[in-house]
Amino acid sequence: MTDIPAKAAVASASNGSVLLTLMKARTFIALIAVLIFFSIAAPNFLSAANLILMSKHVALNAFLAMGMTFVIITGGIDLSVGSIVGLCGMVAGYLVLNGIDLQIGYTIYFNVLEIALITLAVGILIGAVNGLLITRLNVAPFIATLGVLYVARGLALLSSDGRTFPNLVGKLDLGTTGFGFLGAGRLLGLPVSIWILLVVALGAAYLAKYTPLGRHIFAVGGNERAARISGVRVNMVRMFVYMFSGFCAAIVGLIISSELMASHPATGESFELNAIAAAVLGGTSMSGGRGTIGGTIVGAFVIGILSDGLVMMGVSSFWQMVIKGLVIILAVVVDQAQRRLQSRVTLMQMAKAG
Amino acid sequence: MTAAIDHDVILKLEDVSKVYSGTVAVKRANFEVRKGAVNVLVGENGAGKSTLMKIIAGVEQPTLGRILLEGEEVSFSSSGDAVNRGIGMVFQELNLFGNLTVAENIFATREITNRFRKIDSQEQERRAAEFLERLEAGIRPDMLVEDLRIGQQQLVEIAKAVSLDARILIMDEPTSALSAAEVEILFKVIADLKARGVAIVYISHRLEELIRIGDYITVLRDGRITGQEEMKNVGTQWIVRQMIGSDAKDFAKADGHVPGEEIFRAEDICLPRVTGGLAVDHVSLSLRAGEILGIYGLMGAGRSELFDCIMGRHGHATGTIFIGGKKVRERDTTRRIRRGLALIPEDRQREGLVSILSVASNLTLASLSRFVRLFHIRGAKENQAVTQMVRELAIKVADPAQEVSSLSGGNQQKVVIGKALLTGPKVLLMDEPSRGIDVGAKADVFRTMRKLSRDGLGILFATSDLDEVMALSERIAVMSNGKLTGMFDRAEATEAALVAASALGHGPVPLTENPRP
Repeated sequence: MTDIPAKAAVASASNGSVLLTLMKARTFIALIAVLIFFSIAAPNFLSAANLILMSKHVALNAFLAMGMTFVIITGGIDLSVGSIVGLCGMVAGYLVLNGIDLQIGYTIYFNVLEIALITLAVGILIGAVNGLLITRLNVAPFIATLGVLYVARGLALLSSDGRTFPNLVGKLDLGTTGFGFLGAGRLLGLPVSIWILLVVALGAAYLAKYTPLGRHIFAVGGNERAARISGVRVNMVRMFVYMFSGFCAAIVGLIISSELMASHPATGESFELNAIAAAVLGGTSMSGGRGTIGGTIVGAFVIGILSDGLVMMGVSSFWQMVIKGLVIILAVVVDQAQRRLQSRVTLMQMAKAG
Repeated sequence: MTAAIDHDVILKLEDVSKVYSGTVAVKRANFEVRKGAVNVLVGENGAGKSTLMKIIAGVEQPTLGRILLEGEEVSFSSSGDAVNRGIGMVFQELNLFGNLTVAENIFATREITNRFRKIDSQEQERRAAEFLERLEAGIRPDMLVEDLRIGQQQLVEIAKAVSLDARILIMDEPTSALSAAEVEILFKVIADLKARGVAIVYISHRLEELIRIGDYITVLRDGRITGQEEMKNVGTQWIVRQMIGSDAKDFAKADGHVPGEEIFRAEDICLPRVTGGLAVDHVSLSLRAGEILGIYGLMGAGRSELFDCIMGRHGHATGTIFIGGKKVRERDTTRRIRRGLALIPEDRQREGLVSILSVASNLTLASLSRFVRLFHIRGAKENQAVTQMVRELAIKVADPAQEVSSLSGGNQQKVVIGKALLTGPKVLLMDEPSRGIDVGAKADVFRTMRKLSRDGLGILFATSDLDEVMALSERIAVMSNGKLTGMFDRAEATEAALVAASALGHGPVPLTENPRP
């Protein structure tokens, strides 16, 4: 009786290592699976035009998911990113159309680069508000960012009274033209938004792996008390991740209004959920401490390709939601199974050795 | 082994092993519990006593092996299961709800309800009062647990276990926070339970207690059972031999170097307790370079809190500290580390390590700025420091990129020490540095302490182990109830004097002492 389960466990331990490798690579396997499936099931799926279009869709979610990844690694959550997307889009649209009226008979118009920088600053500022609420006033991240979600969305609606800022072409004599470049422009055959994604993703991955700040982000999420005693400035790390998340959301706001050449205040509703889904699918642990930028990007691609592919196959959008939900749940179930298997394998090995 | 007729074996563990990530806590243990007797379990810190008891109480499940209750194989998936089978436990770390009253704690999960499923508080408090009466502790059942002294909380824990009416009652170091008078009361309760046929499993490292009340004794060492006897057949000599085995404690001899100038001084450190009073009560002490100053005291004496204050972990602490004669104005941990302070916390898992990061990342976590150019961590330099630390402290790890949780307790402790050393400290605060680690690792840790003091570091180390504090320290400070109650040179320190000083302010509790009206 004592021996039988032990032997079974050892046997499963050696099988376990193969299974474990498969489970670790699950996001990649999922990506390859959806690619193969849709290239067979959906005509034109593999055409260059379609692939580029899809990656533009994916890029939007990938930006948000990267910001979300850092936040989740520290053990927090940022529900406000969708609203920041909307608000930042409105800020950009307002500046292109109206400039800033100085109330003394003059109005300042900014060029497109300045507008982009101001918009990014607004995103970072809202992130900083999230961070201050969480670090200084000790509001739980879920609640703080939920509150900011409503406030930012409300401000976006107020900015135009709920109307769309249309036709953001700008005027040549005011120097406000060229806003469309972000959304429609191409460099070396690839859309600008993809290039930006590449730069931000490489930067974020570098930050996570090779800088003290990155190391501290993981330490705070892994064990906040230990991090504090080791001299990590936990509050600064927290501030940073929410500000970075706001920055990513501002980029998305800019790209969307540029693509549409219009700003709509409801843009970005429920984007935060897609971002969380991509991060989790990519192996980020909601309890903090684990996650990678690469994994998150792959996760974003899985979700994006899944929804675009289903659209191309003509699957009803209601079914799409069901399928997306099931994929997310499956991802987390596999993740948990992997953790359990991994710890069982090591424990069993130690029990035998000891 | 001969047993009296009425001392039947009620519970038996066969070949039980328990493995945690990082440590084999219990190895193939065979353990018998007898009815109407006090079954004593003894062993050094980290020998696996508490783990073994948690397995019996259903809190932990054995990795291998089986449990027989009255000859029938059982498996407990939770402590509720064990309670239903008549097994109760008084935990070493208190498992009470501070925000609930004493009565609510005693009847937690088996609340007394009336016809309408409403909790009958009056009845609960009346019944709770009966149990508390027997413990003569002067605790009212309607008091909030968080308002009680730690010793009183321990009595509540005991009352709770007694109220279960268990057939087997496990007591894990029940006296660690009790005063001498409270211990006497507890022993009376135990005698009473014994007379009623309850099997008591009693864990303690106070030998005099064990010999007084024990009927059977089992000794654990490094997770293995090394001896099982009737108490009347054995004496202190036998117990100690089984406990420490042939490899007696290796404390690393003092090398006779002379401490230098004062390197650290704390003046008038105070830390208010949330429940009123002071957790650290006007403590002042000074430390010289190359000196090891031991701080001895019982659980809850305020040693860890003192260290926390020195590290700047409590914003509301008062008092001043000096390093090398200069006043430290920085109040936050980050900058105090930069000034040359480093803490090795008592609780490795909760405060020492980020368990999901690698050994290397943990080692350099507090000292990353040393390896950074601009904002880039120079991997080569970091690896070099990690390799050197792994070698210096003899950390047994195949690859520093391994997760730190895969190491044994002793090696994990060395990682925590290495992390502190990499910050280049002048003063090292070590809180129970040998807790829960094996004999070999202990010797390594003690050797490291000696070496560091030779290199001119000042070391403050807190411990509740008398042998340790006597063997390692140049001077010994004793704390009790947040106060510094004694300061001895090694030459003049005796165990009796230390114990006496550590019990000051822990007198018998008068029945009138009620912190809340």
